[in-house]
Amino acid sequence: MGDFFFFLEVVVGGLLSGVMYTLVALGFVLIFKASGVFNFAQGAMVLFAALTFVGFLEFGLPMWAAFLLALAAMLVLAVAIERTVLRPLVGQDHMILFMATIGLSIFLEGFAQLIWGTKVRGLDLGISDEPIEIGGILISQFDLSAALMAAVLVAVLSAFFSYTKVGRALRAVADDTQAAQVAGVPLGFIWAVVWGAAGFIALVAGLVWGARLGVQFALTLVALKALPVMILGGFNSIAGAIVAGLVIGVSEKLAEIYLGPFVGGGIENWFPYALAIAVLLIRPAGLFGAARIARV
Amino acid sequence: MFYRDAGALKTSYAQEQAIFPVALDRWAVMALVAVGALVVPFVAGPYWLGSILLPCLILSLAAIGLNILTGYAGQLSLGSGAFMAVGAYAAVNLVIRLPGLPFPVSFVLAGMVAGAVGLAFGLLSLRIRGFYVAVATLAAQFLIEWICTHIPWLVLNTPSGVVSTPTLFLFGFGFSSVPSRYLVAFVTVVALAVVAKNLIRSSAGRALMAVRDHETAAELTGVDTTRAKLTAFAVSGFYCGVAGALWAFLYLGNVEIEAFSLHRSFQILFMVIIGGLGSILGSFLGAAFIVLLPVAIANAATLFGEALKPDVLANLELMIFGALIVAFLIIEPNGLARLAVKAKERLRRWPLPY
Repeated sequence: MGDFFFFLEVVVGGLLSGVMYTLVALGFVLIFKASGVFNFAQGAMVLFAALTFVGFLEFGLPMWAAFLLALAAMLVLAVAIERTVLRPLVGQDHMILFMATIGLSIFLEGFAQLIWGTKVRGLDLGISDEPIEIGGILISQFDLSAALMAAVLVAVLSAFFSYTKVGRALRAVADDTQAAQVAGVPLGFIWAVVWGAAGFIALVAGLVWGARLGVQFALTLVALKALPVMILGGFNSIAGAIVAGLVIGVSEKLAEIYLGPFVGGGIENWFPYALAIAVLLIRPAGLFGAARIARV
Repeated sequence: MFYRDAGALKTSYAQEQAIFPVALDRWAVMALVAVGALVVPFVAGPYWLGSILLPCLILSLAAIGLNILTGYAGQLSLGSGAFMAVGAYAAVNLVIRLPGLPFPVSFVLAGMVAGAVGLAFGLLSLRIRGFYVAVATLAAQFLIEWICTHIPWLVLNTPSGVVSTPTLFLFGFGFSSVPSRYLVAFVTVVALAVVAKNLIRSSAGRALMAVRDHETAAELTGVDTTRAKLTAFAVSGFYCGVAGALWAFLYLGNVEIEAFSLHRSFQILFMVIIGGLGSILGSFLGAAFIVLLPVAIANAATLFGEALKPDVLANLELMIFGALIVAFLIIEPNGLARLAVKAKERLRRWPLPY
């Protein structure tokens, strides 16, 4: 019986850490959905957002003000990216855009650390990490709060996509960029909005992950954790990102505990990728991705 | 006026098929190779030879490898560092465990091992496409890093996981001095670059480009896309593997996984982007650019004296790097190689304005 509870604890822990992955993956999916750009800079944006937030906190600002200022910074960044990177590259091959985001991510890493310094900072969001017991299982309070935050975020985003004019324009752009342009959707504005939304997600992810790991350069690596989530769920599906995040979180924890001892541990770096690719071999567009139709 | 292709009558098929049809090009390249082999090692100081030219050459080879895969076959790879690692680990095992083999044979075998590993990951590209392939190569990067650090046999059971490479011997001559190591790298890189250039000009190379430009259309016109993609992965793996072996034996003097991290993969990708996707010349230009840029930035920083602290400088370097990559993609997506072609066009009409 104890074994079963332990198993359950591992599963719940995995689900909750999966939510953290989802949080980062959402930023990727959002941008890919709206502009077909695989934004490698999402990890750097997480770092930038978290550093900015902590930087403002260090000026003695209250948390809400720091959050709003950091959000404003992310929005400015989004507009700047749209102007300087996306607009000149409009119509280029997706690979070129992807590589541009790699350049962007390097730039942002340097920029963020140039402004705010390179030292590791702690971040206390005022949520304790004490585990609480629910139904005989120990659950981390912090993870639970993070999961709730993610749930709210997803709800807000879905509402934004479904019920606002900008959200509908955004889906139109995702569906068919040219048709949307013909119908009068301002593409540059929409892209700025998408990148702004991704910046917002990066800020939330940066806060949650920053509180977990400390605000430091390693936050950019979180993006690498989110990649398997994305490919497992499909690049253009928000639901996919959520489900895949949970699947990866759970399977990673299970593999670490039940498989790790046999192969020498440390498998969490590649196991999610192996899992995601195994699924890709069966469903090449991911679990929820739209099937690609090849045309000549 | 001097540089022209007019009046160069071709009287045989061999002349038609020459890599450099313009006589001046041919002479220039030959002169460059001759200077590189016969003059540079005796003139250049150990710093230039060992710390600038040697890494330039070896990374050019890796860049050619990635260029074949990404620039010609259109399969984005983020795992070149890992394929270099496979080559390096295979080479050190072959050289130490089979001391009877001459080292060029060991290096070719090491390259083949890396090629086989590349092929294995290339199999994934048959089922998945585009960015998914890029992520699959990222998986290769992490998986290979993990394997190299978790199997003691691969590092000859060295507790630290870092194997010092022995001096290479051929016919009783030991390649330990800087100029001799440079020459080994130079000969290898020139030979493999010629092979790559010819591969690209062959029907196999054209098949790669067909897959890059439009996979479905290529398939419909009878190009064996499966074969083309697997060729690209295997050849790319081979080149990266040999580059990894050279990097470990000639440059670092040891084999450790740190030298072949994701950072290295990105560095090689940047060389290919800045040098020019789909250009062998570009691979060299890109490698030279990426190796020289930090040196140039560091030198420029000394002008400011003490004003720039090292950590500020490191971050500035990151920013300049990132901005340059974006700028290159915007201004000249075809990289330095395209600029070289443009310069040649200008030279052809010089001194006339058009």
